[in-house]
Amino acid sequence: MAADYAVVGVFLVVGLLFVVVNVDIVSRLLRPSDPQPEKLAPYECGEDPIGGPWIRVHIRYYLYALVYVIFAVETIYLYPWAIVFRKLGLFAFVEMMLFIAILLVGFAYAWRKGALEWA
Amino acid sequence: MEKALERFYSVFAEWGVPSIVPQLIVMLVVVSVVILFISVSVMFMIWWERKISAHIQVRYGPMRVGGWHGWAQSIADGIKLLLKEDIIPAGADKLVFALAPMVVFAAALAAYVIIPFGPNLIVRDLNIGVLFYISISSLTVVGIIMAGWSSNNKYSVLGALRSAAQAVSYEVPLVVSVLGVIMTVGSLSMIQIVEAQKRIWFVIPQFFGFLIYLTAAIAECNRLPFDIPEAESELVAGFHVEYSGMRFAIFFLAEYANMFTVSAIATALFLGGWHGPLLPPWLWFLIKTYCIIFVMMWLRWTLARLRVDQLMNLGWKVLLPLAFLNMGITGLILVIHG
Repeated sequence: MAADYAVVGVFLVVGLLFVVVNVDIVSRLLRPSDPQPEKLAPYECGEDPIGGPWIRVHIRYYLYALVYVIFAVETIYLYPWAIVFRKLGLFAFVEMMLFIAILLVGFAYAWRKGALEWA
Repeated sequence: MEKALERFYSVFAEWGVPSIVPQLIVMLVVVSVVILFISVSVMFMIWWERKISAHIQVRYGPMRVGGWHGWAQSIADGIKLLLKEDIIPAGADKLVFALAPMVVFAAALAAYVIIPFGPNLIVRDLNIGVLFYISISSLTVVGIIMAGWSSNNKYSVLGALRSAAQAVSYEVPLVVSVLGVIMTVGSLSMIQIVEAQKRIWFVIPQFFGFLIYLTAAIAECNRLPFDIPEAESELVAGFHVEYSGMRFAIFFLAEYANMFTVSAIATALFLGGWHGPLLPPWLWFLIKTYCIIFVMMWLRWTLARLRVDQLMNLGWKVLLPLAFLNMGITGLILVIHG
């Protein structure tokens, strides 16, 4: 069981190493390096950048993230339920539909309040 | 195969080496094979996409490199990217800038653990298969935000934020659309899901689930018509504006690797995986997967890009309710028919 996830670990580590070997070893030996101030300036289609990139971000990103959290938590409950669904039958189905209905009320509220409008 | 593995293990046992060493060697060989497969298939997909796009636009596309229809074009591009200067912008957060492609690529690679190429041709049949894929694929967004945020560039910050907003919006429909299949099978293991489709592919009972999955998956891959995060006409290239040379190549590799993963998962969940007459299972699996990839390319070169508000509306107000409806109806039918 644990060995199954060891494979995942090996994949992740080898994935990181693959990038290191390619970018920082193989490519470094082959590529030129000639840094100049103009070259290292932020790319803005040839214009000199005005102000920094870490700007204030619109609130709507936060609203979407908030609505997402509702459903992300919900799906954690949905997956175990879906696996044993056929064994549990009608009772579990009604229970889960009630659960989803409560969440959909929240979703409808967010929709009504305009949290899902990109404006 | 099994016997050869056992003999390989027993040789090490005779030498008195702890059993973890041969196991690690086997794993490393498997990873290398997977990386080789990814590289070759990505090179093929890039060449294929250039050919398809060209023919859709009544052009020829690459014709010269390698002779026959420019088949070696991707290899030439890869070598060229390997030889290109690596530019890290002056104000960038160097550590995060270097880590971002690693995160994106490692996540793309790890997803291959659960792709069932054949009855025995799977790295590990994790019992949480589908859930594993969903969680590992959301790691990509972390890498994208790291790339955008560390680049010290307005375009990349905006691209990364949009990418996060989009991934978050389309992840919920994607996750819920798969539930219909899981409820029918009663398992998350990829092998068991494919085995359950021996008689009928799930694309028939779960047709709407399939459509929702495909739409959300294309959005997750940031491909047209959902490529707002890297809309060239407004954001230059989105989160990877400042990446050049090999670092950019890694992003590109991961993007196409993800495209293959998404299509392979669709094949396994909805199109019957390796099931099919006459041809060997792995070939059937690849044929179906590349058919879906072809559809994704076809859509990319024939549809216009959605506006941001249209994109968000589609995700939240159309796909999400439809996905829940699909799940509810599937549940109702299963309850009635047992």
